[in-house]
Amino acid sequence: MNVLEVKNLRKCFDEHLVLDDLSLTVPDHTATVLIGASGSGKSTLLRCVNLLDSIDDGSIFLDGREISDPGIDVDEVRRTLGMVFQSFNLFPHMSVLDNITLAPIRVHKIAKTQARDEAMTLLRRFDLADKADQFPDRLSGGQQQRVAIIRSIAVKPRLLLLDEITSSLDPVLVNEVLSIVRDLKTEGMAMVLATHEMGFATQVADEVCFLKNGKIIERGPASQVISAPQHLDTQDFLQRVHEAGRL
Amino acid sequence: MNNASPTRDDSGRASLWTPSPREVQRQVARKAINRKKILIATTSSVLVLGALASLIVTSPGWQVVKETFFDWSYGSEVLGAISKGLVVNVRLTIIASILIGIFAMTLALLRTSRSAALTPFRFLATAYVDIFRGIPLLLVILLIGFGVPALRIDGLTNSVLILGTAAVVLTYSAYVAEVLRSGILSIHPSQRAAARSLGLTSSQTMRHVVLPQAVKRVVPPLLNDLVALLKDTGLVSILGVTDAVRAAQIASSRTFNYTPYVIAAILFLLITIPLTRYTDRVLAKSIKRQNAQGSA
Repeated sequence: MNVLEVKNLRKCFDEHLVLDDLSLTVPDHTATVLIGASGSGKSTLLRCVNLLDSIDDGSIFLDGREISDPGIDVDEVRRTLGMVFQSFNLFPHMSVLDNITLAPIRVHKIAKTQARDEAMTLLRRFDLADKADQFPDRLSGGQQQRVAIIRSIAVKPRLLLLDEITSSLDPVLVNEVLSIVRDLKTEGMAMVLATHEMGFATQVADEVCFLKNGKIIERGPASQVISAPQHLDTQDFLQRVHEAGRL
Repeated sequence: MNNASPTRDDSGRASLWTPSPREVQRQVARKAINRKKILIATTSSVLVLGALASLIVTSPGWQVVKETFFDWSYGSEVLGAISKGLVVNVRLTIIASILIGIFAMTLALLRTSRSAALTPFRFLATAYVDIFRGIPLLLVILLIGFGVPALRIDGLTNSVLILGTAAVVLTYSAYVAEVLRSGILSIHPSQRAAARSLGLTSSQTMRHVVLPQAVKRVVPPLLNDLVALLKDTGLVSILGVTDAVRAAQIASSRTFNYTPYVIAAILFLLITIPLTRYTDRVLAKSIKRQNAQGSA
């Protein structure tokens, strides 16, 4: 069963084609990793799947249901998707616990005490229980991003969308964030992630897609796309990543 | 206000280590510089204020002005009546600010909403704000105060106090709505995106994520408007409401002595200055908080 199916997706900003006839399939319990230079369309693809950006052509299916239909209830679709952003986007006026329980209480109508219990269980699991009553600005970047991940999985989404979640982090904080994602992958959470961390991509990816100018140039298992790229553009990109010391 | 640079507290560190001779030297030098600054500030204040005072006191009309504006024995005589009037201003301010808060919030939400069903209201709210921000408050008070009773609608009040308050509420709601709207628009779109991606509806996003942050951010300008509101309630005296301004007017027209106006001004200042200082403090705190967030 495929959680996500993207067919012939096109998206343009003004005259600029950001996603060009892009198709993608994500089977359940698998991780698809999007790699490519900034501006290649990775983030836009994630935002389109989450219906945060409108699409200009093609269609998107979630669990076999077309969500690119204009009449679709976007709030209902987003309830089944988790999204984590590069800039964390925690709510600064709420404590860590309130950040996590907001959607379960308001959207999923779970009783407050139960939502808090479930949130505390997650916080304990990821070693953040002592931060429950703190406000986001007292946390390190890595802690904030871990809270953001917990917030997105607290609503038990069908699919997790991770948009360059370590790009604004100090290198020493990257691992504590990625280990959560690794855990979630082991549990069978389906996910699509855009990342510049090639080592991490190799570990979690069931499929790696290299994007350039809104097109998937090369796709396949990490052992192929990252370790033995066939396409010249992929080789060139990985060479530049390697020179930047990120491989 | 205070010096912009944070004051150094040398006492707290003393227990951590013994200052090096170089640091002791610097502390002495710093104290000398501070003493010099205080001396300059004091001298310049005495010179400027003294010059101003002597200019006023030595002016040819000073004796007359002193008797007609600063007759303190007459002032204390009318103090009670004017204070009673000021109570009217304060009460009017409290009632009006509550009504303004509700009305302005409604206007701001209408103007920022994207709901199709609210399109006509969005248009009306925009027109409303344009109109009431553009008419002088005094004209609105006159138009409402004299216009509404002239309609002779049964059951509608003729009380100048209520009509005056209504006029103030109508005008100030337009100002405050714009302050609130700017606060709402200042919240970064990523906050909205995060809330929507969690499945919150647009009204839930507004209620739980955008508004709490927006209102917090516009508290300083709102306090500013509160000070202005208190002063502007004096304008309803034109309808015959016996507020502080009107009370002073009555007292001075009886004797042709203007001291009551000075008394009324001082009474207003007794409220507005602490309020303004408080506003400054809130503003300074909020700037500090925003800077802290920016550096994080």
